[in-house]
Amino acid sequence: MSRRVLDVQGVSAGYGQQAIITNINLHVDDQSITAIIGPNGAGKSTLLKAVFGLNQHLGGEILFDGRSIFNARTADLVPMGISAVPQTHNVFPSLSVEENLDIGTFAAPPPDARATKAKILDLFPDLKEKRSQQAGELSGGQRQMVAVGRALMSDPKLILLDEPTAGLSPAYLEIIFDLLLQVRDSGVAILMVEQNAKQALAIADFAYVLVNGENAYEGTGADLLANDEVRRSFLGGSAAND
Amino acid sequence: MELPGFVFYFITFFTMGGIYAILCLALNMQWGFGGLFNAGIAGFYAIGAYTGAILTAAGSDDHVGGFGLPILIGLVCAGIASGIVGWMIARICVRLKADYLAMASIGIAEIIRLAIVNEEWLTNGSLGISRIPRPLESVFSGRQSEVFFVVFVWIVVAVTFLVARRLQVSPWGRVMRAIRDNDAAAASVGKDVQRFRTETFVVGAIFMGVAGALSAHYFKFFSPDATEPLLITFLAWVMLIAGGSGNNIGAVAGALVIWAIWSLTEVVTQQLPPDWATRSSYIRMLLVGLLLQFVLQRFRSGLFPEKSPKLRVSDDR
Amino acid sequence: MIDFINFYLIPGLTLGSIYALGAVGISMIFGILRFAHFAHGDLMTVGAYAALTAVWVLGIPALAAIPIAIVFTCLVALMADRLFYKPLRDLPTIYTVIASFGVALMLRSLVQTFWGTDSEVYMTGFQKPVVLFDIFRVATRHLQIIIATALLTLALHLFLSRTQMGKSMRAVADDPALASVAGLDTERVIRWTWIIGAGLAAIAGVFVGLDTDVHTNLGWNLLLPMFAAALLGGIGKPLGAIAGGLIIGVAEEICTYPVFGESLISPSYKTAIAFVIMVLILIFRPQGLFKGRLM
Repeated sequence: MSRRVLDVQGVSAGYGQQAIITNINLHVDDQSITAIIGPNGAGKSTLLKAVFGLNQHLGGEILFDGRSIFNARTADLVPMGISAVPQTHNVFPSLSVEENLDIGTFAAPPPDARATKAKILDLFPDLKEKRSQQAGELSGGQRQMVAVGRALMSDPKLILLDEPTAGLSPAYLEIIFDLLLQVRDSGVAILMVEQNAKQALAIADFAYVLVNGENAYEGTGADLLANDEVRRSFLGGSAAND
Repeated sequence: MELPGFVFYFITFFTMGGIYAILCLALNMQWGFGGLFNAGIAGFYAIGAYTGAILTAAGSDDHVGGFGLPILIGLVCAGIASGIVGWMIARICVRLKADYLAMASIGIAEIIRLAIVNEEWLTNGSLGISRIPRPLESVFSGRQSEVFFVVFVWIVVAVTFLVARRLQVSPWGRVMRAIRDNDAAAASVGKDVQRFRTETFVVGAIFMGVAGALSAHYFKFFSPDATEPLLITFLAWVMLIAGGSGNNIGAVAGALVIWAIWSLTEVVTQQLPPDWATRSSYIRMLLVGLLLQFVLQRFRSGLFPEKSPKLRVSDDR
Repeated sequence: MIDFINFYLIPGLTLGSIYALGAVGISMIFGILRFAHFAHGDLMTVGAYAALTAVWVLGIPALAAIPIAIVFTCLVALMADRLFYKPLRDLPTIYTVIASFGVALMLRSLVQTFWGTDSEVYMTGFQKPVVLFDIFRVATRHLQIIIATALLTLALHLFLSRTQMGKSMRAVADDPALASVAGLDTERVIRWTWIIGAGLAAIAGVFVGLDTDVHTNLGWNLLLPMFAAALLGGIGKPLGAIAGGLIIGVAEEICTYPVFGESLISPSYKTAIAFVIMVLILIFRPQGLFKGRLM
């Protein structure tokens, strides 16, 4: 049986005293991809931010690797083994690709930074040839790779991705999802919010559907894809992307 | 009619207090209504002072002047001259982050100071302009003229106040506040943000010029040393923030309260041992600096907080 | 031509070096803390006076007093940040600009209170100029200032491009929100920004004292050209600020060069050059003169 990396138990969170998500339960297993899908405004990003200490926790408990990280500071989470990739503005535009990757090691130095960087550059061959180029000059998909690469540099157990394929062409979407599978297989758990629900469910080991800030459905990616109600309510719109 | 000495102390206090009240109301238009940072108040003040002085002073062989124009015309021209300089600087800077306007305004103040010291044909350089008249000097002489002058100053304060209030409650004022709090939103509903900002900066500059001209008439003499330029800029800022930026009554109250504190610190520092007495003006400056920091950290909304429902000021970071 | 180099270019580069060292701090603080630091000139003044005290008390030459000036000025800057800037960190940055305006006046009045208002010099007497190739006569102090600035520029470049703190600073300047998501310790970056900015300001202050004399308005008077240099170089690009400082220093001297028997502008308006450059930059290239990767 696989180990639980992240266990979100009945969490409410939001901004100020205003709860945007209420009583959310969710868990992420070791070496798995967990997807959160749902309509706009369902609180998906808020949930991700709550895990990463970027907003106000109002109730519940969050365990990472068995330790409570409820209301922990972001700066403390990175050394514990969580990194995050925001949806937009997720690279340092005036720094080179390589420097962007280096930033990932500062808060939580991996045992062998050089080897880690070599491994990540192998994973993203596109970046290898652009390693000394400014990240701001790259295409959207390449930037996404830099951002994910930066998050992987600290050798995390879990990475949080906020819509990693937002704004990308369908071709790039496949490349990014392919890479995420490779990342998972290299031993990192992934929790991601996705707007491209169908494709996300196709690669997800487990998935949650959030509606109005609350849990609505959960199951393996395949189960949810097969679920009629989920298909009708949440996957109809994304069928066009096929 | 003989008035006791302390009355004249009050007259002196309220004369300078009134001049600062005008400066403060003018700064309130720029910063309180418009969120525009002016670090060169002294520059606009000096333009006004010299314009007023040159136009109204008696003739002199040392510099241009001796037009002997009426004081009211001098005041109007002082405002216009200062407003024109304000317009030039605003045209360049209002589209940029507030810090750039701050840098440019301190630059313009510096250039004005340089010009005043160097253009002797115009300003008589560091010797300054003398024989500047006070209003109705032929009617009131000696101390009576001081009494009349303080009334005159406060009439101008009242005019400035009415203009400021008129601007604030007008549709123009509402647009300005909207722009200050969220310029992107104001622009998106079709408001010409740059034009409004330029206008508010110019109106403020005009009244700063008027305040400068009044002080020239009060001192009857104006030279680059007559006032420490930084002191004026700095005091005006402390006054506005302590009084309550965005609130016209706050601007006037802040001017009087801080001017009272500033005057009192003089009394206090005079009690220092003689060794320190020469340093008293620096210690006063330090104390007012500390007062500013205190007000900024603990008392930001001031004595009279802004009344219209205050939105969170958009974070420009 | 030789006269031009001896009397205009070299003094211009000297002045430019001083502007450059001051402008680095202004540029970095604007880039990382996002506000125009009005007290930066007065940090230079503090540095110059700290060195003056060391010269008086220890009897060492001014150059040897620079480390003392750096340490003292850094402490002053860190204290000002802790007491007056940090409490305002969550507000719109314009409040911090106002606070720094107040700090400028407080620093100056402290200097005036403790050191008095008379102009002082680090050393009296005449220094023999250095003669190069029989034709170039360069004042020793000018040579020292220019060489030291070149070395400091190199050191700064290496710091920003090679060290962890240097890269962290550039990252925070690029995107503070992402920097904290990446787990960077923003407060530590801010501390180092002050240390480098104030340290270089202290050096610049001592250089002003070496070049002319030490007086209480020393730094404030240089604020305008330093702001202009930081803008010229592009905010948040310290190396651009150095280039900007050199350009403005040389431009100020060259404009007084008698081209047709008369100088372009009266020397008393030298500072106006910086203002004109600043205004032109604000109109035409608010993002600074240089494109690309100049840090």
